[in-house]
Amino acid sequence: MNDVGFSAVTALLVVPASTALLLVLLPGYRVGARLNVGAALLSLLAAFTLFEARPDANLYLRVDDFNIYLIVLNNLVSFTTSVFSASYIAHELDTGRLTPAYLRFYHAMYQALLFAMNLALLANNIGLLWVAIELATLITVLMVGLYRTRAALEAAWKYFILGSLGIALALFGTILVYLAAQPTMGEGLPAMAWDRLLAHAKAFDPALLNLAFVFLLLGYGTKAGLVPLHAWLPDAHAEGPTPISAVLSGLLLNVALYAVLRFKMLMSANPAALAPGPLMVILGLLSLLFAGLMLYRRGDIKRLFAYSSIEHMGIITFAFGMGGPLANFAGLLHMTMHSLTKSAIFFAVGHISQVKGTQRISTIRGLTVTHPTLGWGLVAGVIAIAGMPPFGVFMSEFLVVSSTFARQPLLALPLVIGLLLAFGTLLWRVHGVAFGKPDGGPAAPVQASILPLLAHLALVLIAGIWLPGPLVAWFLHVAVLLG
Amino acid sequence: MRGLAFDIAHLLAGGMVVVSFLLLYQDRVYALLNVFALHSLVLALAVGWQAYIQEAHHLYVTAGIALIFKAVVIPTALHRIVQRLGIHRTLEVVGGVGRDMLAGTALVALAILVMLPVTAGADALAREDLAFALAVVLLGLLLMVTRQNAVSLVVGFMSLENGLVLAAAGARGMPLAVEISVAFSVLIALIVIGVFLFRIRERFDSVDMQAMDTFREGRRK
Repeated sequence: MNDVGFSAVTALLVVPASTALLLVLLPGYRVGARLNVGAALLSLLAAFTLFEARPDANLYLRVDDFNIYLIVLNNLVSFTTSVFSASYIAHELDTGRLTPAYLRFYHAMYQALLFAMNLALLANNIGLLWVAIELATLITVLMVGLYRTRAALEAAWKYFILGSLGIALALFGTILVYLAAQPTMGEGLPAMAWDRLLAHAKAFDPALLNLAFVFLLLGYGTKAGLVPLHAWLPDAHAEGPTPISAVLSGLLLNVALYAVLRFKMLMSANPAALAPGPLMVILGLLSLLFAGLMLYRRGDIKRLFAYSSIEHMGIITFAFGMGGPLANFAGLLHMTMHSLTKSAIFFAVGHISQVKGTQRISTIRGLTVTHPTLGWGLVAGVIAIAGMPPFGVFMSEFLVVSSTFARQPLLALPLVIGLLLAFGTLLWRVHGVAFGKPDGGPAAPVQASILPLLAHLALVLIAGIWLPGPLVAWFLHVAVLLG
Repeated sequence: MRGLAFDIAHLLAGGMVVVSFLLLYQDRVYALLNVFALHSLVLALAVGWQAYIQEAHHLYVTAGIALIFKAVVIPTALHRIVQRLGIHRTLEVVGGVGRDMLAGTALVALAILVMLPVTAGADALAREDLAFALAVVLLGLLLMVTRQNAVSLVVGFMSLENGLVLAAAGARGMPLAVEISVAFSVLIALIVIGVFLFRIRERFDSVDMQAMDTFREGRRK
């Protein structure tokens, strides 16, 4: 059985990496787009195999109860996004925003990004984790600047500077963790393997761990878009190709947060070290409130949803910061729901900005009349992300709020204010887009693949109404692990 | 021997902090690049010395990368870019050099005050190295914050990264040190030189970040 698991893990890394190489060599964007979808599907299948058979952990890679679900989620969303990207990118070629050479580059980078994220999630070695996240940063910087417009280059530049600063801080934190581990665990690789670190964490020097965690939280927090280090996020989302916005919001932010959580578990295992919870609660609340306020005056539709991503990352960080089984459960659920919903929204927004030829909210009006499928898809997505009942996001937000009320009523107050603020502004901003008076002009035909959008929304809806028993049991199990 | 090994390591790490200060008060582009080359040279010596006293042969590779890539290739390439693009040769310093030097001194004090008590358990060599490394990182950050143009930002980031490599080399027996320095070099080489400086010039006629900063969402409405 372990052989199967091992080959699944190998496939998760080798398939995207070799496809990336192949895509560099292949001319012709149609073949490229199909190959992209095919490779993403293969990785998804490999991820599902992990449920059946898990390889033993070694010093570099490890599959455990926590990361397995993120790996599946990661490959699922990558797959649906590649389907969306195939139809999206063809249109970009028609309008001349991208040339075939750039498309070749784009597809190769897409697979390379998938490789980097899979590597980060699978990594057992904290050095390897860092290298993978750095690689992901590098690739997304190149992708954000793909359009070569003035705005896209500025966004990529800003992302590069802030992203590499975050990466640099995270490396310093990683070195400090190694130094804390070295006296008890000796030199060499074992002192960087996460599972062994966790087993020995009690004996580490708490002061050194504290300092390391501050660097790691700030470093990886930058990548997760936490306020005050979020400045790159809205620009990168708004100016890059929309499939990349979907992957950034839906997956890469999760990967960065996952790294923070791994180190949080390490901190919690050492009773003398600083409790990591309060720091995360503060950063989470700050992000939530700030994003809630910033949502109000956005004029660009992709930027609007980018701020909403900051808001949700804030909620998730807050939930994990509160800790305890219930809040952790809510955090895990919210991570999943946000990934699915936000990428669905970006699928809709991508096609909308293509048919309307603009991303400015004030010129996109009355979508439900001109493009009913896209319009209603967007409405459903926004209702879901704002946290209204039938959808899964409602459930996770409700759990976060209720568990906070039960334990820290005072903290629940700013939390609820932030949620309501974001809720109101999002609905208000999107109301005009969906139901406003359409501005003359014949409706451009849509050549959109609606399937990925519908699939994501259906999953979120099902999760809101009925969570399968095994999934609940398993989320609960991971929530206890997270402490 | 032990005493001498420690003293030389201490001297070289301290040398990097001093060169970081030199970076802070350069007001000409070429001088900045030359001082950065010196920074990388000192790094290469410091890492090479660590490789020798720890008998960690993989660190020689890291030292070699620092020497060839960061002390020679990158400064030369940046020199040529500056020449070809006709970037302004003088650098503006926001708020004056004196203030930067004071802030830099405070940051070095902070680094030492933070690191030394925390690492009381570690061996003396790693402690001092780490304190200096943090100082170099913070000085690099300061350089990035107080400069407006792209070349200074890049040099600031690279000096910050030199500090990280110093820290990684000082942590005895740290695995992946080579991989990490390679990853960083790729990051710098690929993005900074290959893509950005040329594209930015192509689009903006200037590598001045202030000129780029006119794009804001609020003003587009």
